[in-house]
Amino acid sequence: MTDQAKTGLSRAVPGFAGGRIIARLRTHTIIVLILLLAVFVAGIEAARPGTVTRTWLSNMVLFAAPLGIMAGGQTLVMLTGGIDLSVASVATASAYLMGTHSTLGGVIAVLYGLSVGLSVGLINGVGIALLRVQPLVMTLGTGLMTEGMLVVYSQKVMAEGPHVPQFIEDLGAGKYLGVVPNDLFLWAPIAVLIIFVLRRTGYGRLLYAIGDNSEACHLSGIRVWRVLFVNYVVCGLLAAAAGLVIVGGVDAADLSLADIYLLPSVAAVIIGGTSIFGGRGGYSGTIVGALILTVLNSILTLLDAPEPIRQILYGVIILLLAAAYTRLTG
Amino acid sequence: MNAPAESGSAAMSLAAAPSSKSWGAQFRRAMRRHPSLFGMPALLIASLALTVLIHPQFSDFDLQSLAMGALPLAFAAAAQTVVVISGGIDLSIGSAMAVANVLAASMMEGRGFGESLALAVLVLTIGAVIGAVNGLLVVLSRVPDVIATLTTGSIWGGVALLILEKPGGGAPQEFLNLGAGTLFTTWLPTALILLAVSVSAIWLPLRRSKLGLQFYAIGSDRIAAFRSGVNVERTRFAAYIFSGLFSAVGGLGLTMTTGIGAPLAGVYYTLSGLAAVVVGGVSLAGGRGGMVGPILAAFVLTLIPTDLIFLNIDPNFGQVIQGVLIVAIVMIGGFVTLARAQK
Repeated sequence: MTDQAKTGLSRAVPGFAGGRIIARLRTHTIIVLILLLAVFVAGIEAARPGTVTRTWLSNMVLFAAPLGIMAGGQTLVMLTGGIDLSVASVATASAYLMGTHSTLGGVIAVLYGLSVGLSVGLINGVGIALLRVQPLVMTLGTGLMTEGMLVVYSQKVMAEGPHVPQFIEDLGAGKYLGVVPNDLFLWAPIAVLIIFVLRRTGYGRLLYAIGDNSEACHLSGIRVWRVLFVNYVVCGLLAAAAGLVIVGGVDAADLSLADIYLLPSVAAVIIGGTSIFGGRGGYSGTIVGALILTVLNSILTLLDAPEPIRQILYGVIILLLAAAYTRLTG
Repeated sequence: MNAPAESGSAAMSLAAAPSSKSWGAQFRRAMRRHPSLFGMPALLIASLALTVLIHPQFSDFDLQSLAMGALPLAFAAAAQTVVVISGGIDLSIGSAMAVANVLAASMMEGRGFGESLALAVLVLTIGAVIGAVNGLLVVLSRVPDVIATLTTGSIWGGVALLILEKPGGGAPQEFLNLGAGTLFTTWLPTALILLAVSVSAIWLPLRRSKLGLQFYAIGSDRIAAFRSGVNVERTRFAAYIFSGLFSAVGGLGLTMTTGIGAPLAGVYYTLSGLAAVVVGGVSLAGGRGGMVGPILAAFVLTLIPTDLIFLNIDPNFGQVIQGVLIVAIVMIGGFVTLARAQK
């Protein structure tokens, strides 16, 4: 209550319902996010009547899924006060490696892809959890490393080239019964699992505790490094999985496949209400954040503006949303 | 360049009172305090020696291409250093460089030398404005630096594409020679002179000024700086202006060394510039480090792919090595801190 009492609005109009509503919105930001998403969707429908159909809605979920999966790892990492800037490189490398090993059979190809996430996650974990390197520098370095190795590797296998197997294509672009996007069958369990872990398990509580005060956790006998280590490995694996979904949707693995996902993966988490300093937030906000960004992209596509203008508008709107959010909760 | 001028932390250099210790002990202490000041020249000399060893016919031409290759990266590193010292991070430097690069190349094409110089001043002003916008957004929006500049990076990238869609444009030869020629002897590339002159013209006075001290102060402890009367927000804003200015010089350097404007050329420099900052011994926690380390590191990082070509190894390993270098350096740093803490 003390936080709410501090806000200008509720002080100006004590007892007024509006103040209470705003105070309630401050504590339940997910409602604001869903309202914002609804406004965006309504805006599209108003600007171009007939756009919002069942197909369009299912397409939005289809496009949001890889972003949501990638941002899932990012949420876990940011809850502890970290950040992972290697997710885009990991996703690209995972997709590429899966593509070049597709002749070995589906399962093995997917395992090759996920192994990229596992190994980069392990390196990140060793650096950040054990040696206490700043997450930003560490993941920047491993991202550069992964990207460089991928370029070298791609020239070695030039003759074969990556091939996207049919089932990956189905996963990233197909729809069950023509309505439910197939990648939702991957995203939904991951989402349920993340939310469950964050809300109902000790590990989840530890993530919040570490983000809030890692020193206090250490002093209370928590092995902080173990939690962080697992966290970065999971984040790497989720990024690798997202890469597989992305390549399925695009149907061609190239060396800059997932580059455009780096900014949205961070933005979705921030817009979703997770603090970059850790300790506050959750995955449900990130899901709505990913959906908002996907709808935003769709709006910009509908505007039919040239690519540079779209890029500028996208950046400006993300910054506005992030600023508004920081103001609202700050 | 003497040690105090390029000292690590402001507080430390203030505390460096004259002592009665012998010269040798003082030297050892200085080395411990400012590892980058001694380590980086050593690393650069070592990597130059290695280059000459594997490529004995190292000529004036090789030196020129090294200087030209390192010029934009050194400025990117300088731009990042200012912000990192004051406790922030700027992930939009590459895009700001791209904007300066394409602006210069598209406006200078077919102009005379005098006009080009005037346009260069305009580009530098625009660079400072870009930095000011970044700084204003970071300070006003209260969005953390990483996210705000990641986003503005995307915005400036769009602006660069808007100015010049495809690589093109140009500049008069005399202007290009400012960064791609030689002076007096073929062993003295103008790129080196340009780098030395512009960095010392901007950074040296800044470092000695009140504002420079405030950069270090807010970088090492923002709250303590605030309580000592430093206007933290204005200082952060100023740091971004200088970052934008250095980025614009880097963009002009890119125009000089490549002869054209390329809207996507800058992307590389954000991360590599940050790599140079880390390798150059500037702490990303802020408040520590100087300008010499990152700039020398830029030369080392430029030498790596060159050496790989001389060794007949795929030069693309260069990026791998850059990444490995960052990771190895920060991990060793973490290990040393940990070992010290346990002692």
